[in-house]
Amino acid sequence: MLGRTLREVSVALKQGQITPTELCQECLSLIKKTKFLNAYITVSEEVALKQAEESEERYKKGYVPPYNATVVQKLLDQGALLMGKTNLDEFAMGSGSTDGVFGPVKNPWSYSKQYREKKKQKPHGENEDTNWLITGGSSGGSAAAVSAFTCFAALGSDTGGSTRNPAALCGVVGLKPTYGLVSRHGLIPLVNSMDVPGILTRCVDDAATVLGVLAGHDCKDSTTVQDPVKSFILPSLTDVSKLCIGIPKEYLVPELSSEVQSLWSKAAKLFESEGAKVIEVSLPHTSYSIVCYHVLCTSEVASNMARFDGLEYGHRCDINVSTEAMYAATRREGFNDVVRGRILSGNFFLLKENYENYFIKAQKVRRLIANDFVNVFNSGVDVLLTPTTLSEAVPYVEFIKEDNRTRSAQGDIFTQAVNMAGLPAVSVPMALSNQGLPIGLQFIGRAFCDQQLLTVAKWFEKQVQFPIIQLQEIMGDCSSVFENDLASVSLKQ
Amino acid sequence: MAAPVLRWSCPARRWILANIDRGPRHGRGSPTGSRSSGKRGQSSVAQQPLATAQKPRKGEHQWAAVVGLEIHAQISSNSKLFSGSQVHFAAPPNSLVSFFDASLPGTLPVLNRRCVEAAVMTGLALNCHINKKSLFDRKHYFYADLPAGYQITQQRLPIAVKGSLAYSVFVGKNRNQVINKTVRIKQIQLEQDSGKSLHDDLRSQTLIDLNRAEGQLRVDANISVHHPGEPLGVRTEVKNLNSARFLAKAIDYEIQRQIEELENGGEILNETRSFDCKLGCTVPMRDKEGKQDYRFIPEPNLPPLLLYDSASLPAGADPQQVINIDQLREQLPELPRVTREKLVQQYGMLPEHSFTLLNEVGLLEFFQNVMKETRAEPKRVTSWVLNTFLGFLKQQNLAVSESPVTPSALAELLNLLDQKTISSAAAKKVFEELWRSGGKTPAQIVSEKRLELMQDQEALEELCQATMEKHPQVVMDLKKGNPRAINKLIGLVRKATLNRADPTVIKEMLERQLSS
Repeated sequence: MLGRTLREVSVALKQGQITPTELCQECLSLIKKTKFLNAYITVSEEVALKQAEESEERYKKGYVPPYNATVVQKLLDQGALLMGKTNLDEFAMGSGSTDGVFGPVKNPWSYSKQYREKKKQKPHGENEDTNWLITGGSSGGSAAAVSAFTCFAALGSDTGGSTRNPAALCGVVGLKPTYGLVSRHGLIPLVNSMDVPGILTRCVDDAATVLGVLAGHDCKDSTTVQDPVKSFILPSLTDVSKLCIGIPKEYLVPELSSEVQSLWSKAAKLFESEGAKVIEVSLPHTSYSIVCYHVLCTSEVASNMARFDGLEYGHRCDINVSTEAMYAATRREGFNDVVRGRILSGNFFLLKENYENYFIKAQKVRRLIANDFVNVFNSGVDVLLTPTTLSEAVPYVEFIKEDNRTRSAQGDIFTQAVNMAGLPAVSVPMALSNQGLPIGLQFIGRAFCDQQLLTVAKWFEKQVQFPIIQLQEIMGDCSSVFENDLASVSLKQ
Repeated sequence: MAAPVLRWSCPARRWILANIDRGPRHGRGSPTGSRSSGKRGQSSVAQQPLATAQKPRKGEHQWAAVVGLEIHAQISSNSKLFSGSQVHFAAPPNSLVSFFDASLPGTLPVLNRRCVEAAVMTGLALNCHINKKSLFDRKHYFYADLPAGYQITQQRLPIAVKGSLAYSVFVGKNRNQVINKTVRIKQIQLEQDSGKSLHDDLRSQTLIDLNRAEGQLRVDANISVHHPGEPLGVRTEVKNLNSARFLAKAIDYEIQRQIEELENGGEILNETRSFDCKLGCTVPMRDKEGKQDYRFIPEPNLPPLLLYDSASLPAGADPQQVINIDQLREQLPELPRVTREKLVQQYGMLPEHSFTLLNEVGLLEFFQNVMKETRAEPKRVTSWVLNTFLGFLKQQNLAVSESPVTPSALAELLNLLDQKTISSAAAKKVFEELWRSGGKTPAQIVSEKRLELMQDQEALEELCQATMEKHPQVVMDLKKGNPRAINKLIGLVRKATLNRADPTVIKEMLERQLSS
């Protein structure tokens, strides 16, 4: 190989006949053998091997981004260690984290003692893994990673609930910040006017800490606000008597499971009993929200996905008869059904003859939905309290009985109006269901009042004392993780 | 792309699109435009009947042609419209491409302030109304030189609208009759440029360069014909014309073609055509679909662009964050029309000369520098600059900046002429020598070549006398009334003076001597 020309060896690398590291090793080995020639004054072995590794990354199939998202960079700048990239529904389209090219994500609670005991299953018996539960989605990988103690925080995205939904089903905190507070530079867009980076942690304080690092204007994202951000250190609220909690009546839908409904009531009563004012409010346009979201989401998706043509990066098919044929085949191969379905729908809505009736109409309805929230907050409500999901996590085999679109509509029902209005919202785990699975509730705050929202959420979290997941059986000797000695760690406020 | 008509100087990736029209909007099609090709197309423009150029044929009605122009001009700036990448002329392909330019997922557009300022200034210079709020949109189509699959433009609400440009046309046999006209500017919008494609037919492939730093000016023409009084006809679009000459030819050809087609009972298709400059005709571009639907949506990553003036500027606003239209208006340089008027006033220059002076880059400055250093009459300077100097430049295809003759040198030469140190003919010779061998001063050349006019009047008188005595036949002819005789005599005297006498002076002397 070393005797070949540059061109030849380049072809060999591309075809996989030899890897960059192998080639590098050959050169290094020969350098050692010919040391007597005294040609080198310095041999940068480590640097070369590191570069070979980087080169291998580039040769791998698929796109490796050459830059960090602003939110990632901010975390790294504060000394965070990046444990890895997490799994999700393809292009963040879905509410189960089941439609990704890397396979579905399994909810850690499927293996929890709490769930297993209720199911009366043997921990490591056969058929153990056929009935595992979904995480929810689309940022299910991040939720599972945090839930299973593999990391202290994870980033997700939230366009219609993709951070809050899996947070609720995995028993962790899922925060959707106000639109414009956190930079979207580096976030692959789904719906530019609704996307935000989401934050998943095991407690509200941690979410606030991460938000404190991430929030702020980014000159690379023209939709971030310029105002300086306030601190996100959360006071420990003891007195909720000045709070007004709103319960939107339209969110009491028939599909809501009785357990979630009951916990929702319980939470409302909890606030009331501690002196808060809890009132029923109305968000009259709620019922149009899903359809409106569908039109706007697919329209923006059709636009945002136009760049995936195989020319500049990513997968490219083998056809080279013409540019158009190449585009068509690349996109057919590269996108799954869900994505393709949304692109086609979106393009339909954006056709000249349809634009007014669908896109413009949906934008108007969006304005009405956003105004519903404004009106409610203007009437003195500080925070809204709603369910996050219709029920607890369901088994994968159940979930896939319906298609992605149906499941998304169900999964997003309580969460996506928030994205349309650009408001902050957080899902906080409340209690376990009768099956031993987490149920979370959602708090929705005023725009840019993320700190107030989290303060209320933190109070609630302290009140409900959600149990820690017990994964000892599958984690083996990672018992140190589960020392229940939180009390011994006192935090200065 | 070459030969820009309007100089907007250095290449950049940002573009302004100016829609020029000549009359009332006829509202053909919606602004999203019924465009006929898969290639880049633009929205419709308003059109107005042009003065009919056709004589009625076979007793038919007169025809009127309607022309609208879309002009793409690059803004001179250091970096591109939406990405931070730099702009350099003739950089290696794909060496100036940022992540955003390559449409890497997750990248977002960030508006370049300098481009907005340039657009506002252009709008002000063209008497437009500047929209204090303008919007950005996405225009979708698939093409290899458009990595994102859409172009960011200003389709709904552009930055400037409803302007006008006054201009003059020179007609008549000597092109010295001026007709003043006005053309309306429908709108000016900021938009992204696409990449450059190079078609390699040999290998059946197309190469894409995403630098986008080439091509300063490009014009698309929309043309239709109709009978005056009747509705406007179907229009065609002729794309990618990059010189005024080709533009004119293409339009003339297309008008003719449409008239002939219609008179022969055919119909005009709403299509896109290109101009074959070798054959001098327009040809349809490959067109698979009838109409292209660009599926416009608002660009969600760019909030509305808000501009202020001194009255509406919010108190305590950070000057870095706001653009003040009034401030930009003050920074506008003197517009050409004003400069030309000043030239006519100040120097008594003919209007057509003022146009020529301004239409050649650097020529006005050259002229003014000569004026500073010479005592010669403006008319004479004008004549020398526009005829002799410009003539030499054109002959050798040079720009003013490449001239071997400096303004000082020409000024000195004109001074010598003014002082009657040399004759007109001699001056031309000196100029030629100056051009050929820059470095010598006019005075040096005059002395080297012994081109000074004879100063000794008495000696000249004697020469005249002597010449007449030597050629009695010619004198006889002259007295008989032969008009050419005098010229022969003048020529003889000149020869005797070794060309160092002014023919006018010689003639005077001869005539005086003859009459006495």
